[in-house]
Amino acid sequence: MSRRSVWMLLGVALIIIVPLVMGGEFGGADAEVAALIEAREGFAPWFTPIWEPPSGEVASLMFALQAALGALVIGYVVGRRHGRREGLRGKDGTTPPTV
Amino acid sequence: MHIMEGFLPASHAIGWYAVSAPFVVAGAVRLRSVLRDKPEARMTLAAAGAFAFVLSALKIPSVTGSCSHPTGTGLGAIVFGPAVMSVLGVIVLLFQAVLMAHGGLTTLGANAFAMAIVGPWVAWGVWKLAGRMGLRFAVAVFLAASLGNLATYICTTLQLALAYPDPVSGFMGAAMKFGSIFALTQVPLAVAEGLLTVVVIEALSGKTRDSDRIAALAGEAR
Repeated sequence: MSRRSVWMLLGVALIIIVPLVMGGEFGGADAEVAALIEAREGFAPWFTPIWEPPSGEVASLMFALQAALGALVIGYVVGRRHGRREGLRGKDGTTPPTV
Repeated sequence: MHIMEGFLPASHAIGWYAVSAPFVVAGAVRLRSVLRDKPEARMTLAAAGAFAFVLSALKIPSVTGSCSHPTGTGLGAIVFGPAVMSVLGVIVLLFQAVLMAHGGLTTLGANAFAMAIVGPWVAWGVWKLAGRMGLRFAVAVFLAASLGNLATYICTTLQLALAYPDPVSGFMGAAMKFGSIFALTQVPLAVAEGLLTVVVIEALSGKTRDSDRIAALAGEAR
């Protein structure tokens, strides 16, 4: 990984850590907006989700699953390209472009 | 943030479906031609979809004391152009609407317009503009992904304001009110998304010169 990437990842970590140190309730911004709309007179959602995760635990399972699936694919693609370059480099001694 | 199930009046829900549909159809056509003409790009395409999958699953705390999530649609828009991301974005939105009750089926059209159409188009536009201005590669990618993210949230804010104008101050008043909740929350997250997009593009394209990275990912350079 390049030095540039390392610094940028540190930056991302900082962006997440600083708010946590500052403190707050950390509810969803979307829930706040939804609360504003729900507070309007006569408002009721006219359609409800066909299935809802029965608890916060199950919801977090789904989010973890989504992130894991995505990370799996990205890791596979990065690894495959890396391996392919290494394999090609062995034969003729030059670095071919990414495929 | 996605607009929740049943939160848009039926007329708006249908209207946004109608607006988004042509973009998604055009995206599907474009996606087919990319897959057919550039089989080497298939891997990058999978990674671009996966990136949107990961990022939209991450609810990140922000300085305002509330959480929101990035969108991850900028990467694919930079590499393949915005059309392709309309299809990949809709897949992500469907997954979240059906399995997590996050977003919704009635609001899918509106959410697709914000996250899968406006975000990628803005990201792509900024990327092209930055290139023309001669900005450095990492800076251009960063700006494209961050501003694409912000554009998605601005779009959602306007969609909600259109559906629920303030009784006193009207559309603008509602936009300011919803926007005040999103805007500050989203700025640090947009920065995070910009940084992560540069990191992942770098990881995907490996040890290549910056000027060759996108062409290599798009399957144009061999």
